[in-house]
Amino acid sequence: MASLRCFLRSGKNAVTAVLRREFHGTPPAAVQYIGVTVRDALNQAMDEELERDERVFLLGEEVAQYDGAYKVSRGLWKKYGDKRIIDTPITEMGFAGIAVGAAMAGLRPICEFMTFNFSMQAIDQVINSAAKTYYMSAGLQSVPIVFRGPNGSSAGVAAQHSQCFAAWYGHCPGLKVVSPWSAEDARGLLKSAIRDDNPVVFLENELMYGVPFEMSEEVQSKDFLIPIGKAKIERQGNHITLVSHSRMISLCLDAAAVLAKEGIECEVINMRTIRPLDAEAIETSIMKTNHLVTVEGGWPQFGIGAEILARIMEGPAFNYLDAPAVRVTGVDIPMPYAKNLEDNSIPQIKDIIFSVKKTLNV
Amino acid sequence: MTLQSLNRFFFYKLYSVVVSARTYADFTPQATFDIKKCDLHKLEEGPPLQAVLSREEGLQYYRTMQTMRRMELKADQLYKQKIIRGFCHLYDGQEACAVGIEAGINLSDHLITAYRAHGYTLTRGGTVREIMAELTGRRGGIAKGKGGSMHMYTKHFYGGNGIVGAQVPLGAGVALACKYLGKNELCVCLYGDGAANQGQIFETYNMASLWKLPCIFICENNKYGMGTSVERAAASTDYYKRGDFIPGLRVDGMDVLCVREATKLAAEHCRSGKGPILMELQTYRYHGHSMSDPGVSYRTRDEIQEVRSKSDPISMLKDRMLSNNMASVEELKEIDVEVRKEIEDAAQFATTDPEPPLDDLCNHIFYNDPPMEVRGTNPWTKLKSVS
Repeated sequence: MASLRCFLRSGKNAVTAVLRREFHGTPPAAVQYIGVTVRDALNQAMDEELERDERVFLLGEEVAQYDGAYKVSRGLWKKYGDKRIIDTPITEMGFAGIAVGAAMAGLRPICEFMTFNFSMQAIDQVINSAAKTYYMSAGLQSVPIVFRGPNGSSAGVAAQHSQCFAAWYGHCPGLKVVSPWSAEDARGLLKSAIRDDNPVVFLENELMYGVPFEMSEEVQSKDFLIPIGKAKIERQGNHITLVSHSRMISLCLDAAAVLAKEGIECEVINMRTIRPLDAEAIETSIMKTNHLVTVEGGWPQFGIGAEILARIMEGPAFNYLDAPAVRVTGVDIPMPYAKNLEDNSIPQIKDIIFSVKKTLNV
Repeated sequence: MTLQSLNRFFFYKLYSVVVSARTYADFTPQATFDIKKCDLHKLEEGPPLQAVLSREEGLQYYRTMQTMRRMELKADQLYKQKIIRGFCHLYDGQEACAVGIEAGINLSDHLITAYRAHGYTLTRGGTVREIMAELTGRRGGIAKGKGGSMHMYTKHFYGGNGIVGAQVPLGAGVALACKYLGKNELCVCLYGDGAANQGQIFETYNMASLWKLPCIFICENNKYGMGTSVERAAASTDYYKRGDFIPGLRVDGMDVLCVREATKLAAEHCRSGKGPILMELQTYRYHGHSMSDPGVSYRTRDEIQEVRSKSDPISMLKDRMLSNNMASVEELKEIDVEVRKEIEDAAQFATTDPEPPLDDLCNHIFYNDPPMEVRGTNPWTKLKSVS
């Protein structure tokens, strides 16, 4: 039985985290585990893919000479130069369109948005130029592009810099939307995204960048890929299913650890991909646990949880529910600045515990 | 018929056969024509003031422009019969632009435009048949009926784009790929006078110039952005200057030779690594903005008629060729007949070809992916989707 602990403290100063240990049965004798932060995992994934395929290149604000606004692209410009790592002016609509055009003409761009909040300026290019083109052209024109950057709330950056776009992008056919949590997720999913011949929206999280995770040798290999569209069970449990993505997985695991002391075993599912949604994984779990709580950082209306609940209602797992499925979400307000207000605007561990107990009627 | 009249009949028939059997050696193989001087912006030298046209070129331009004209008029007809529906933006009047541009570049170069795209789909390798069948939404359409008027694609032709101005950054991206891959290709990136005020176009000017992308920006100024005249939409209607730091030229877009020479100059500029260049083509559309716009509420019928009689691109070429003995009236008439037939056949195909199969509904979501399921209109309907 796997036992996992991960503690995350948000905030700009020291991020203290306990290394996550994961045991798949008996580990082979000489397995090399190394601690890798999400940031480094993303960096290495891009580095390897840039090396592997000449057509891959990165563009965005401050990605080259500044080493990346969040240092995710550190060292890449020095290694690959101006042709492959391109600093853009602060013109999202323009450079996102340029990236899409380059993808149409045979290159494989990685278009970085400094945060996905700024992608709103360019959202027409993501949806109308990238996502829909393969369909509109009936297969004549593909668009192999990755849009990546931090998504969702950070710490103290207030309303215009804290929105979660998972539901907005997850709404649109023609896009794949991916939301990694761990370093392994980041690595495997980014590689898959870059190798995918379709537009992929890759939602990172700023608060996760500095969090280290243990990475096995297998995960460190250059061709380690995580398939897009498949969820992962991070923690097995029998009593209730928690479904989440990105940073909220950490909170779910923390809540699960607390609940375990009271004899409640949560099954924590890491969605990994928002679109296409792995409904089957969630259904299989519900058929075992009979209870569902979804957890997300974004707003409730028309959100990730709303979609999951609707699908469960419409699918075979409904009959296995012993209680209505519920959602734990961010509060339905623009993000405030003051720390106490901000802390109370997004799910906390106690909110998850509360919802689990309410659902289980304990 | 009496024997006498029969004789007379055969005599005249023989005579007319003899007349039209003039050998091609009778025609002037090529001639030089004066073309209008282009206004220049940050350019030392413009295109030459004279253009050489060969007989073959002339006949080819004539045929293509006539095909384009007839195709658009046929689309008008089919739209009024409700066989074409939705948006339909016609290009008649602007033929010299598409044909002139193509004459100045190679098929291995790249081109992208907005929604008034039927003409470019033709010059970029599409057939009248597949264009018309796309307009009527049939499976034989160039996009299998799934794109429609505004979303037609061929090799090195990136549509057909519905969102005003969005195609301009895309075009610069294509140019970036051209430079990156080092194949000495360039991208022609078209937009209208209405789009010329879009912010993303200025963002694109900036990046294309910074990175010296091989991009020819072309503003097709047909004087009206939908129903708004250029004077009412733009603080500066000198569209060829709007690129500021990008050299520009203003071109007579009704003269196919002027367009060709300007395009050649622009292509040379790009290929020599100097970065982007901007061309404004002054042109005119006979139809309204789209089929739902009669086109006479914001301009007078007199104005339209004046352009038709004085500046029609096809008439201009025809007059030049005839007055220089580069072709005969009959020869051009024959081309007209052939073109008409081609259009009729295409229209016939476009109206009789079946609509796409319902099986195709959910296909073409992702490229190079295994088959997947797509939710239908209700939870019990699962539709199949292949790449």
